[in-house]
Amino acid sequence: MEKNNKVQELLEKLSPIERKIIPYLNLSPDEILKKAELDAVSLNHTLKFLENKGVLQVKTKNYELIELATNGIYYKKNHLPERNLIIFLDMHNRISIKDAEKQSKLSNNEFKVSLGILKNKSIISLNKGIIILNASKEELTKKFPEEKLIELLPIEKAKLSPEHLPTFENLRRRKDIINTRNCQHIDFELTELGKQIAGEKLEINLIEEVTSNIILNGTNGKKFRKYDIYANAPKLYGGKKHFLSQSIEYAKKIWLEMGFKEMKGPIVDTSFWVFDSLFTPQDHPARDMQDTFFLKNQEGKLPNTKLIQRVKEVHEGGYAGSTGWKYKWDEEESKKVVLRTHTTSISARTLANLKESDFPVKYFSIGKVFRNETIDWSHGFEFSQSEGIVADENMNFRNLLGFLKEFYKKMGFEKIRFRPSYFAYTEPSVEIEIFHPEKKEWIELGGAGMLRPEVTFALIGKEIPILAWGQGLDRIIMDFYKIKDIREIHSTNLKILREKKFWTK
Amino acid sequence: MANIKYSKKQIEKYLNLNEKNIEKIAMYGTPLSISKDFLEIEVFPNRPDIIPMQNFIRAINAFTGKNPGMKKYKINKPEKNYLVKVSSSVSSIRPFTACAIVKGLSLDDEKIKEIVNWQEKLHLTLGRNRKKVAIGIYPLHKIKLPIKYEAMDPDKIKFIPLESEKEMLGEEILKKHPKGIEYAGLLENFNKFPVFTDAEKKVLSMPPIINSNDTGKITTDTEGVFIECSGFDFNLLNKTLNIIVSAFAEMGGKIYQMELDYEKAKKILTPDFSPAKIKISLEKANSLLGLKISEKKLQKLLAKMEYNYKAGTLLIPPWRTDILHEVDIIEDIAIAYGYENIEPQMPKLVGAGEENFESKIKTKIAEILIGLGFIEISSYHLMKKDLYKRKTEIIEVANSKTEYKVLRPNLIEPALEIFSNNKNNEYPQKIFEIGEVFSKSSGKTETGISESDSLLIAISPGNFTDVKQILDYLFKMLDIDYRIDESIHELMIEGRTGEIKIKNSKIGSLGELHPKTLRIKNMDMPVSAIEIYLEEIYNALTAKN
Repeated sequence: MEKNNKVQELLEKLSPIERKIIPYLNLSPDEILKKAELDAVSLNHTLKFLENKGVLQVKTKNYELIELATNGIYYKKNHLPERNLIIFLDMHNRISIKDAEKQSKLSNNEFKVSLGILKNKSIISLNKGIIILNASKEELTKKFPEEKLIELLPIEKAKLSPEHLPTFENLRRRKDIINTRNCQHIDFELTELGKQIAGEKLEINLIEEVTSNIILNGTNGKKFRKYDIYANAPKLYGGKKHFLSQSIEYAKKIWLEMGFKEMKGPIVDTSFWVFDSLFTPQDHPARDMQDTFFLKNQEGKLPNTKLIQRVKEVHEGGYAGSTGWKYKWDEEESKKVVLRTHTTSISARTLANLKESDFPVKYFSIGKVFRNETIDWSHGFEFSQSEGIVADENMNFRNLLGFLKEFYKKMGFEKIRFRPSYFAYTEPSVEIEIFHPEKKEWIELGGAGMLRPEVTFALIGKEIPILAWGQGLDRIIMDFYKIKDIREIHSTNLKILREKKFWTK
Repeated sequence: MANIKYSKKQIEKYLNLNEKNIEKIAMYGTPLSISKDFLEIEVFPNRPDIIPMQNFIRAINAFTGKNPGMKKYKINKPEKNYLVKVSSSVSSIRPFTACAIVKGLSLDDEKIKEIVNWQEKLHLTLGRNRKKVAIGIYPLHKIKLPIKYEAMDPDKIKFIPLESEKEMLGEEILKKHPKGIEYAGLLENFNKFPVFTDAEKKVLSMPPIINSNDTGKITTDTEGVFIECSGFDFNLLNKTLNIIVSAFAEMGGKIYQMELDYEKAKKILTPDFSPAKIKISLEKANSLLGLKISEKKLQKLLAKMEYNYKAGTLLIPPWRTDILHEVDIIEDIAIAYGYENIEPQMPKLVGAGEENFESKIKTKIAEILIGLGFIEISSYHLMKKDLYKRKTEIIEVANSKTEYKVLRPNLIEPALEIFSNNKNNEYPQKIFEIGEVFSKSSGKTETGISESDSLLIAISPGNFTDVKQILDYLFKMLDIDYRIDESIHELMIEGRTGEIKIKNSKIGSLGELHPKTLRIKNMDMPVSAIEIYLEEIYNALTAKN
């Protein structure tokens, strides 16, 4: 048989299962099922694939099917209860209701219902508790519409004739006689292309999988079956870093490229390092249980006495050219153990450990910080912070802004502004804001400043310009990933993690 | 930090809220938001002096150049009986007060609301919730001068407090009155309570708790007020008083001093508006900020921040509470110069960047596991209070606002929680996490808590062989020799659990999770896992390098 190009091309693409049903395509789906020995699901899939290849058009029809329910099946065999009652009454005319109920072999409920139905149909009448048959013999043997409908089942609801509809409603209201079910019927119509190959017995010998044998011995002139390269492939997920780690790694890379050394320090720390060494007065609201996580029943130790003495002096005043906070500094208060509220505690520890010969220095750290907060879409208790310090005689406020501008530029924010701010341990202090183009407002990203002389005196015993910053990273990450709910940053839903894009900055 | 709401209608009488000025106000250090009826500003803890609207307007008018320099208020000498006797009985309870009288006010409801509002905000911020400073404002015509500040037995203090209808005793107020209950902590440990009384021995207030209903409430009839601030730091009280009386003066009031008679001490007059002096070095300012400001320019900039400057010395407005050091002035110079006008300058970089050794190793380990198709998870450092009976002590935070209360002692438990939450997601699930875990270690660290880096690898469904394969591969790639000894783990199946050792030190465990463990977490898929402390791996690799 001569085939045109289109048909030829099609034949080369057919998968084995598709080839299997081509000979039966002139039949109905039900017949194909039998002939091709397939199950319904495979057949439906195969028809879909053939539709993609332009062989046929699948026609799906949704319809409601009326079927007999459990009681209905029984009644079809053994008559409806009202029919049984008529048969009984025909033999026992003018019987009392009581006796009829006892003798009719109907259940209580069936008897009541049947009595009502027969009365409505005027086949019987009731007089002083006696049942009187009114209908003629001929009428009695005539089939009820209910019985006629039951004989029609199963039937599509749409195919019911109008006179059956009230009967259908009556039966539906009765217990378990009929029910309706949503069904789908799959049929198809062949396309022009389909008509050319339907019914053909295909004797095509194409190569499916490439086997070692074929590689070693060649194809022997056989052709490869062409695949449908447009068909959807099953999803696949690879191993990967958490998106939070990816973004943190990127931020780290920026600081490393700018020549910063990584520093580290504990998450759990004493108030001394988190607050006191940073000139935060002991009655500062940040040191309240409401805002900070304090550890239960845990008292820390303080570092060397020289350092403690200097911290005490700057707090109490008259040291480092400062009036101080003018109160009695309490060593016990600074022994309280907290989850760090900022990574600046790492900077404090690093500075206190430097030797004279170490300067100038540039350090960074990225780590977790904690606030005692509730959890909802805009609140959480755990955040990521990017910390940095530069200690050098030649540094000034403009350099601080320079480092920050460079960092944010590399993070992808060109439009940023610096606004005055306040922190107990820096002066001047600055808040960095980015302009959010969608919200059309300035968004705070983090604080920075030059460490106060009280802080540098306490930590290293002399005054030297030290630039310091601690920026939250969560907002930037949320912005990149278009995350609206802050909880998603810590999402443990593997579906979200598997599908999350890579950090591509 | 305090958020202050001003009525937009009121403030617009004094300030033009056009776009340029709004931007300017933010650059004063007071970020703001504007709604239909309100202007809301954020006042940082260093500037409580601009909490009253009038003071804020004065500061902004200086800042924009409309009214530069320190505003001079006329302070009138005390009139007859403008006297407060301070008894030594308060010295161990709430030792100091600074007082003033302001007359010639005309108050409407709007202004009264404002006054109550800023009084409350000053209590919260500067006053540290009334602990450091408590403020009382009283209508002058309801009291008879002079005033006495003394400590009395709680059962002898008797007056009708604000928001009450009947007379109460001092003790009763702390137990029953809402304000008394709220602030009871501030007087609890004393057997006498401080009170202000007038010449007729009427109680004006019991600081820092509450005023009297008869004498402690200003109304639209009030033309003169008596103001007292009580607390522990006289200097701070005096400055707080200055903030308040200058706000009243801006409302049109005339300020009068009062004589404070502290027993056995020299009599003092308050309010005291004599400004403190501080030296400022132009050279230091320029080098710190990286600017080249001339002295003339410096003077102009300082005037914008309400300072008066002359030849290296400047006068600090008597209401500023935040000037501890020359650097505080230098920041104000930068603000006056305008942060937006300071050109960021990236300094020349010297020195190479250096990543932590530990960080590098963690990255390598992650790379190896990603190569095996594992996905990294990130769990909270705090966990819900744990489900397993554990031998080690738990480390708990106080007062957590959520269910998360315990510092994680390992990574396996958070990981099981994650599997349990992912029952509806596709299997197999292969996860890993690298992070800090916590344990008690008295003596070793300053905090008594040890933090170690831990590595968790888990597979579901997974068996012993699955994790052993991974462990083999991981250590082969790191080129470290290790050994497994049979052991017991409270969450795992006996006979399918191993201890991982480098040389002779135990660094972790691997095994199949016991069905009992999984059942507690409502899981129905088998899990096998490895958890390793990384410390010994760091050591082994350091030794190699």
